[in-house]
Amino acid sequence: MKIVVCIKQVPDTKGGVVFNPDGTLNRGAMLTIMNPDDKAGLEAALRIKDKYGAEVTVVTMGLPKADEVLREALAMGADNAILITDRVLGGADTWATSQTIAGALRKLEYDIIITGRQAIDGDTAQVGPQISEHLGIPVISYAQKIEVEGDSVVVERQFDDRYHVLKAKMPVLITALSELNEPRYMTPGGIFDAYDKEVTVFSRADLVGVDDSNIGLKGSPTQIAKASDKVRKGAGEQVNLSASESVDYILGKLKETHII
Amino acid sequence: MRQNTEEYRGVFTFAQQVDGKLSGISLELIGKGKDLAADLNTEVTAVLLGSDIKGLAQELAEYGADRVIVVDDPKLKEYRTEPYTQALAAVINEFKPEIFIIGATAIGRDLGPRVSARVGTGLTADCTQLDIGDYPLVAIAGREQKHNQLLMTRPAFGGNTIATIACPENRPQMATVRPGVMQKKERVAGAKAEIVDFDAKLEENNKYVEILEIVKNTKTTEDIMAAKILVSGGRGVGSAENFKILKDLADALHGTVSCSRAVVDAGWMSKDLQVGQTGKTVRPHLYFAIGISGAIQHLAGMEESDIIIAINKDENAPIFSVADYGIVGDLNKIVPALTEKIKAELAKEN
Repeated sequence: MKIVVCIKQVPDTKGGVVFNPDGTLNRGAMLTIMNPDDKAGLEAALRIKDKYGAEVTVVTMGLPKADEVLREALAMGADNAILITDRVLGGADTWATSQTIAGALRKLEYDIIITGRQAIDGDTAQVGPQISEHLGIPVISYAQKIEVEGDSVVVERQFDDRYHVLKAKMPVLITALSELNEPRYMTPGGIFDAYDKEVTVFSRADLVGVDDSNIGLKGSPTQIAKASDKVRKGAGEQVNLSASESVDYILGKLKETHII
Repeated sequence: MRQNTEEYRGVFTFAQQVDGKLSGISLELIGKGKDLAADLNTEVTAVLLGSDIKGLAQELAEYGADRVIVVDDPKLKEYRTEPYTQALAAVINEFKPEIFIIGATAIGRDLGPRVSARVGTGLTADCTQLDIGDYPLVAIAGREQKHNQLLMTRPAFGGNTIATIACPENRPQMATVRPGVMQKKERVAGAKAEIVDFDAKLEENNKYVEILEIVKNTKTTEDIMAAKILVSGGRGVGSAENFKILKDLADALHGTVSCSRAVVDAGWMSKDLQVGQTGKTVRPHLYFAIGISGAIQHLAGMEESDIIIAINKDENAPIFSVADYGIVGDLNKIVPALTEKIKAELAKEN
């Protein structure tokens, strides 16, 4: 069985956010981590590998610096790593990103493709389902449990007040929730090996079945009109009183605002 | 990837229903759709998919839909990505809307990307504001400025930034919209809409998945998005058992208990009570933040509340940056005493 896991190097949103003058992100200037939902997706793939045997390939699209996140995945136990990087692919929205990744996946063999549900930088949850559409395979998003049964997968798919147990024939794309599992740590041996392993680099020329009009900033239907720091409403009053004074203070405010 | 955008007209909304009941977001989208349609001098069409759901069309009309397109097919009984995608793509190809908005729910965030990829247009996720305006926002010499564009505003980076996005060359302009942010219109009993039955010619293919089982959460849970008063607890509450003191306060005020992500991660409360970026967006009249430090992801889900009262022992907790009234102190001493005083106060009134 062959499993491809799409992972993304994301800015740690706890750190600062830096923009380019055109409103896109200056990713080079920010601290980064492996996107948490993607890491859960990788862990799910590695558990299938542990249980049934599988070859796990991780794919990322980004700056050359995204090599770091592939090394981390190799150290966790992935077998192969592919970095899609090319200047002409920059500034892509989810349409162009999914076109690009689908173009790389057409070059690979896969039974299962796993992506994270969403990345913590964009929070769109769009790229996984869009890749599946470009490849013409079924998608099961919001996976909270994944099992393999013969030539099919059986997945628990989370909704607001319920979950569906879904069965789909492979090949299939699954988007993983971080609730799915607790990702393993890299092992010291794994880290050592990870830097010996080769990361395959794909450029624009390696993408299969992707038109130039669908890549990069120019191939992106959505365009940023404006980006700015969030303006918050700001703090009101803050008091530091005894417990009983605090109670009277709140009671006073509830009366003032006609809540009681 | 450019299209002739001129032939696309009208504002379309996805009318999400589950078990034959319309989701709140369906009415909110019509409410917002009316405003956009007024700016564009056009109409709002709600698209209703399901099996045996035609009766819901009247409710959509009463909340403001000018037209309802109904695709009624047994394949659409339960939500599944492929048949729903086929149906919406068929509607878009037939009716050519200029705008299509969908709720950013667990269904809409799966359906939206698949549909947008199938019809070949852009999609903006999880919008909190929609306007009609110019793109680029200000005229740039030597570059065409397009008018009457959908400007889609959304938070990103865990709520650290706000981006406004346009989709100038492709139609429909598609967005998913965060539930609880837009306002539905007043219901007008007996209001009429044009009802269109549409055969989407659904065909089973390799992308259909099989539903083996549907497991509903057995607990009856409160709808925190509909609550006027929320008493929300964070890690500082200390334990699942100690949420009792929040429940007592909520009961005294006829409010509902909600919580932060840390509480869900600790297993103290269920996920559907979670407020924040990965939970629900709420805007109650009164929001109590008790023992919640106020991670930016939490603030993104509650800062639009009318009145925010925060109780926290750490005077530097970020929650105080959005609180109207911030109380530095021990929640275990303050909350039970407050509940008693509120009860006494209300008893006096009666």
